Amino acid sequence: MWGFNLPLYNDMTDNIEDIIDADNSKLFDWRELWHYKELFYFFTWRDIKIKYKQTILGFLWAILQPLILMVIFTLFFGQALKVPSQSLPYPVFVFSGLLLWNTFSSGLTNAANSMVNNSQIIKKIYFPRLIIPVSSILVALFDFLMAFVLFIPILIYYSQPVNLNVIWCWPLALLLTIIATLGPGCLLASLNVKYRDFRYIIPFVVQILFFITPVIYPVSLLDHPSLQYILALSPMYAAIELFRFPLSELPINLEFLIASLVSAISFLIGGLIYFKKTEHFFADFA
Amino acid sequence: MKPILEVTNISKKYRLNHIAGSYLSLRDRIVHGFKTGKMVQEDFWALDDVSFSVNQGESIGIIGANGAGKSTLLKILSKITPPTKGRIISRGRIASLLEVGTGFHPELTGRENIFFNGSLLGMKRKEISQKFDEIVDFAGIENFLDTPLKHYSSGMQLRLAFSVAAFLDPEILIIDEVLAVGDSEFQKKCLGKMGEVSRSGRTILFVSHNMAALRTLCEKSFLLMKGKLESYGETSVIINSYLSSHEKHLTPGVYDLSKHHSKKDRDRGIITCTLLRDGIPSDIFFTNEKFTAEFDFKDEKGINEIVFGLVIKDSNQQPLIGINNWDLGTRLNSLPVTSGKLVFELASLPLYGDSLYYIDVYFGDGGNNYDIVQNAISFTLQPVDIFENGKILNPKLNVVYPGKVKLELR
Repeated sequence: MWGFNLPLYNDMTDNIEDIIDADNSKLFDWRELWHYKELFYFFTWRDIKIKYKQTILGFLWAILQPLILMVIFTLFFGQALKVPSQSLPYPVFVFSGLLLWNTFSSGLTNAANSMVNNSQIIKKIYFPRLIIPVSSILVALFDFLMAFVLFIPILIYYSQPVNLNVIWCWPLALLLTIIATLGPGCLLASLNVKYRDFRYIIPFVVQILFFITPVIYPVSLLDHPSLQYILALSPMYAAIELFRFPLSELPINLEFLIASLVSAISFLIGGLIYFKKTEHFFADFA
Repeated sequence: MKPILEVTNISKKYRLNHIAGSYLSLRDRIVHGFKTGKMVQEDFWALDDVSFSVNQGESIGIIGANGAGKSTLLKILSKITPPTKGRIISRGRIASLLEVGTGFHPELTGRENIFFNGSLLGMKRKEISQKFDEIVDFAGIENFLDTPLKHYSSGMQLRLAFSVAAFLDPEILIIDEVLAVGDSEFQKKCLGKMGEVSRSGRTILFVSHNMAALRTLCEKSFLLMKGKLESYGETSVIINSYLSSHEKHLTPGVYDLSKHHSKKDRDRGIITCTLLRDGIPSDIFFTNEKFTAEFDFKDEKGINEIVFGLVIKDSNQQPLIGINNWDLGTRLNSLPVTSGKLVFELASLPLYGDSLYYIDVYFGDGGNNYDIVQNAISFTLQPVDIFENGKILNPKLNVVYPGKVKLELR
C-alpha cells in the first residue's frame, strides 16, 4: 500500500540537487530567500505579538511613545530654547523627524541584538539568517505605521499644508529609512555574535547618531558648512529631509542628500557582505 | 537510481582557544591579537573524513559515544554549520529535528507556537492550517490552545513540540535524540509515528542512545568513533560492537577499563573489573546464583570518601538494578586511600533472561564522579529451570526475577 507513494519521490530526487560544502563565495541566494518568504512574516508576527503581550495599552504604546517624546521636545527645544524648525510648527517638525528616527533606532537596536537573541534557534534550525535582522526591522516598520496614524491628526490640528510631492517623497523616505537601518543593522548583528561588546556599544551609537541627525533641530542651525557636511553623512539625513520636503517646501540641498545616500548605500553593501561572510559560523559562536 | 544523500569526505575542524572563552571579546582581540603565537590554539577534528550514502526510503541509525561527532554530523547535514572539507549532495527536501520545540516562546499561545514552530521547521502556512487539527489532536491539548505556553506543564509543552514535528513531510528527516524525553506512553506514540513515516518511503537519519528505539526503527546503522566512521551494517550488529567497544577481554570475566580513561585522569578510577562465579572469573551467570564483581581502583592523590555504585542494564540499555554504598548506608573508608579493591556481592542474582546484560560503574568521592564507565562490563545470563519442574519461564517477561513466587488456589 506504500508503493504508490514512491514514483512521486523518484521524480523529485532527480530534480533537486542541493550541495553542502565549505564554499561561501555566493553572496545571496535570492531563490532560497523567496522560498523562505513566509518566515519573514512569521518572525515579524511573533516579535510584534511578544512585544505587546501582557500590556494593557497594547499597540497604543506605538503611538504613545512618539507622542510623549514630541511633547517633551516641544517643551524644551521648541518653547524654552526656541530652536528654529524650517518654517514648520515645532511639534510637526519634531514629530515628522521622530517618526522616521524611531523606526531607524528601534530597527537598528532590534536588528543588532536579533542574532544573539535568537541564538537558540540558529543553533538548531537552518534558514537564511538574513531573515532575522530583516524581520526585526519590519517590526519597527509596524510601529512606524501605528505612529503614522497619529501624524495625520497632528497635521490637521496645526493646519499644516502638504503639497503633492508627498506621493513620491514619503514612500521614498521610508525606503531610505529601511536601507539606512538594514546596512548598519546587519553589520552590528554579526559583529555582536562574535564580540558581545557591541551589545554595550549600540546604545551609544544610536545616541550619537540621534544628535548628528536633524531630528530635533534643522541643519541650518549649524553655520559652519563642514559641520553641516558631517551631519549629512548620517545615513538617516536624506530620509528625514525628504520626508519633511512636502511640508516645508524649502529647497533640499542636493549635495547633502547625495552624501547621505552614498553613506547609507555603502553601509548597506558593507553590512550585507560582512553579514554573509560571517553567517556560516553564527551557529558555532552564538 | 542515485542515492538520496551522498556524503563525501566530510571533515569538520573546530579551533579550541584556550585563552579566550566561548566567545571572544574585543579586549581579547586587542590584547592577544598581535601576539597570536602565545595563544594556545589547538585544532580539533570533530569529524574526520566521513563518507557514506543513503538510498531513498532507508532508515539509518547513527550510534556513538558522547563526543564521537554525531551532533556535528547532523548539524552539517542540516546546514547549520558548514563542513571544513568535503561535500554533501542531497536530492530531497531535508528537515531536521535537532531539538523539539525550537523557537517555542512562553508568551505565545499554543496555537501561535504551532504556527511559528511549524514554519521554522519548513512548513508552509497553508500546510500548517491543514494539519492543525491533527497536530492538536496528537498532542492532546485542545482545551489549552489559547493559553500562553508558560502555563503549560512541561509534559504538555513536550507533547505539543513533538506533535508539530511529527507532521513534517520532508523527503529526508534528520532526528537527534528527541525521544530521550517524555513519558513512556508518549514515547511509544512517537516511535509509532516515526515508524509510519519511515514506512511511507521517507528517508530517516536517527541519532539516539535508546538502543531499543534504534533497533525497531533502523535496519542499518553506522558507528562513529572519535569523528571517524568506524563501521556500518545491521543495526543489531553495530549496537553490539558499540556496546562491547569499551571492554577489552583478558580472560572471560576480566575487564580492563584503564583505556577508557581520559589522559587527564589516567591515574584515577577503576582499572580492572572481575566477575566471579564460585571464585572463578566468568562472564556467564545463572539466576539466583551468587554474583560477585570486584573492582580494582587507583587514585594517586588519595581519595577521602569513596562513593561507588553500579547499574545493571538489559541489552536494550534499560536499567534494571541500581545500587550504591550510600543507598546501602555503608561508608567505605574514612582515611585517604590510594588504591584498593571494591567488592560487590549479590547473594542471589535477581535477574532472569537469556541475553546480554551491561553494567555502568560510577566511582567518586560524593562531590564528584571521577570515573563513570558506561557499559563497562557485559555478561550473559542463562535461563534456568527455577521451579525445578522442567520448564523454562518466558525470558522476555521475567527479566528481573522477583524471588519466591506463589500461585495457588485457596
